[in-house]
Amino acid sequence: MAKLTIRNVIKRYGALEVLHGVSVAAQDGEFVVLVGPSGCGKSTLLRMIAGLESISDGEIEIGDRVVNDLEPNERDIAMVFQTYALYPHMTVRDNMAFSLKLARRSRQEIEQKVDDAAGILDLTALLDRYPRQLSGGQRQRVAMGRAIVRNPAVFLFDEPLSNLDAKLRVQMRTEIKTLHQRLGTTMVYVTHDQMEAMTMADRIVVMHGGGIEQVGPPLQIYDEPANSFVAGFIGSPSMNFIDGLVVERGGTAELQTEEGVHWPLPESARAYLGQSVRLGIRPEHIAVGPDGVQARVNIVEPTGSDTHLQLQVGSQSIIAAVRDRPSVSVGQPVPLRIDANKVHLFDLASGKRLH
Amino acid sequence: MLDKHRSAITQSKTRPRRWFRAGEGRTAFFFLLPGLIGILLFLVLPIFASIALSFTDWQLLGTPHFVGFANYTRLFTADPQFWTVLRNTVFFTVEYLILNIVVSLGLATWISSLKFGQRWFRGIFFLPTFTPLIAVAIVWMLIFTSGGLFDSLMERLSLPFSGVLNSQTLAMQAVILTSIWAGVGYNTVLFNAALDMVPASYLEAARIDGATAWDRFWKIRLPLISPTLFFGTVMTAITSLQVFDQIFVMTKGGPGSATATLGYAIYQRGFQNFQMGYASAIAWVMFALIMALTALQFWFQRKWVHYDN
Ligand SMILES: Nc1ncnc2c1ncn2[C@@H]1O[C@H](COP(=O)(O)OP(=O)(O)OP(=O)(O)O)[C@@H](O)[C@H]1O
Ligand SMILES: [Mg+2]
Repeated sequence: MAKLTIRNVIKRYGALEVLHGVSVAAQDGEFVVLVGPSGCGKSTLLRMIAGLESISDGEIEIGDRVVNDLEPNERDIAMVFQTYALYPHMTVRDNMAFSLKLARRSRQEIEQKVDDAAGILDLTALLDRYPRQLSGGQRQRVAMGRAIVRNPAVFLFDEPLSNLDAKLRVQMRTEIKTLHQRLGTTMVYVTHDQMEAMTMADRIVVMHGGGIEQVGPPLQIYDEPANSFVAGFIGSPSMNFIDGLVVERGGTAELQTEEGVHWPLPESARAYLGQSVRLGIRPEHIAVGPDGVQARVNIVEPTGSDTHLQLQVGSQSIIAAVRDRPSVSVGQPVPLRIDANKVHLFDLASGKRLH
Repeated sequence: MLDKHRSAITQSKTRPRRWFRAGEGRTAFFFLLPGLIGILLFLVLPIFASIALSFTDWQLLGTPHFVGFANYTRLFTADPQFWTVLRNTVFFTVEYLILNIVVSLGLATWISSLKFGQRWFRGIFFLPTFTPLIAVAIVWMLIFTSGGLFDSLMERLSLPFSGVLNSQTLAMQAVILTSIWAGVGYNTVLFNAALDMVPASYLEAARIDGATAWDRFWKIRLPLISPTLFFGTVMTAITSLQVFDQIFVMTKGGPGSATATLGYAIYQRGFQNFQMGYASAIAWVMFALIMALTALQFWFQRKWVHYDN
């Protein structure tokens, strides 16, 4: 167990810089999730922690050791790959024992550790099978077993669930979380699935274009996104964004769009009177009300628990997630109400959250 | 009305269809004919003919007489040269096979570790593969011939190897060296392609597990390319049991019978002594030897070849 500190880490491939000075730290025993769109550099950062990619600049510290120049196996980490990377010519047992055999541990110790890990992961019955004889979820568990037996200071996961079907993914999510609680080891988990990030993380690191946008606990990221990128990336369906001018009308602050639509704003938005801003409102904070902004229903998507409504307001498309089952039909005009206190305001130029 | 129509459609769908119609078959046969005639005339017929011939005393001219197993008995009991030839063949095969696999695997691994120029080296090592073996052998014969390049090199280095083609022991080594030069490229490219197909994530996982470069080679890469390695070994073994061109050009089986192999013996008996029946018998012994060795390899593969899925 150890803390992990990343200081000003830069990665260059030739002249191309893909990580621009990333700094983040994971406390001892923390579950940190790196999340971001494809190509933002999550895997690169994780592989640099693992020692599979060189560090162009900056420092990575595991425990109290700077590991920049250490071989992967000297860093006291274990990694679970997206493709699992189980050695196809070895049985589950041999896959899990491989690192211990290389470290020349005693046969007894190896057996003990493999059996323990197999017990934890419910793999005991599968120990003599080959990877090709396992289901996706079982392979996933073997990959974790291979990591567990080494008893590393830090676990690294690179999108370990992306090859599983939706249901299994949810199940494995819980299993990994349970494992974390049981082992209490520091874990760094890469995903592009914001739902995984929200449900599993102690702390989320939102990455974008080779840099970090925000670091914080899931709900903080959700409720107080640092900027419009984070606001749009976290949450499903995504936050709605509406650009316009902050004006005062009838004694209250409102957002006036170019098309002349007026959206309510909280009192505190008066501070930005006369400024162009971007309004952000989450779908669940929009309701079909008795009165409000006039919209037309484009698509109705019932998900069972919620209903997602795709609505058209002028040229703007808006998504609302409503709890009950509204009796609306496609093409029907409906009034929309938004909860003014749940509105976020972002600076148009920088994207920073103002409110 | 509509119903009737629909049932007609379903019927035509469910009716079992013959996989070809008679007319189509005839056309297909017609197109196959040129290739088929070639195979029958130059492959199937000679094979059966040589079985038949191996039981005769045909002298190329004149009529063949049936002699039963006489050719085979003579081969195994009376022919003073046969066991030498067999030993030479096995000796060549074993040494050549081991050297070829070791060298080509080494080269393949080296090439796959290069950051730049992989394609160039693959190309260079593959060149001998499409150079005619006869031409290669002539060049090497000129190198090894008495007073040739090799001899002057040995003299310069004051090493006691000269006139190797006239040496009872070294002539075979010269033939093997030539064969390696000509034959190693194919396996190099084959193994290199297989090595490149091993997913990087296995090697990365192994690095994290603490495997050194040495461990990764022996415990991960080698087992993962073992099907290709097996294929290369079987094919190389088969071609080396048939070795002929190099020997024909470089040593003519000599000095004495030091480099005479089964392939060369067939030529000698058949086309120099015109003992076609006897030559055919040797050919069938060679065939049996190849079959036996290949079967042995297939039996052993269970111990070391790992097939995925
Ligand atoms: N070997 C390389 N040479 C050049 N550029 C690279 C190399 N490897 C990765 N990159 C670039 O680095 C950036 C980050 O890649 P990375 O694999 O870390 O993305 P990611 O966040 O893991 O994305 P994904 O969610 O798709 O896995 C990408 O723009 C990619 O094109
Ligand atoms: Mg990735």
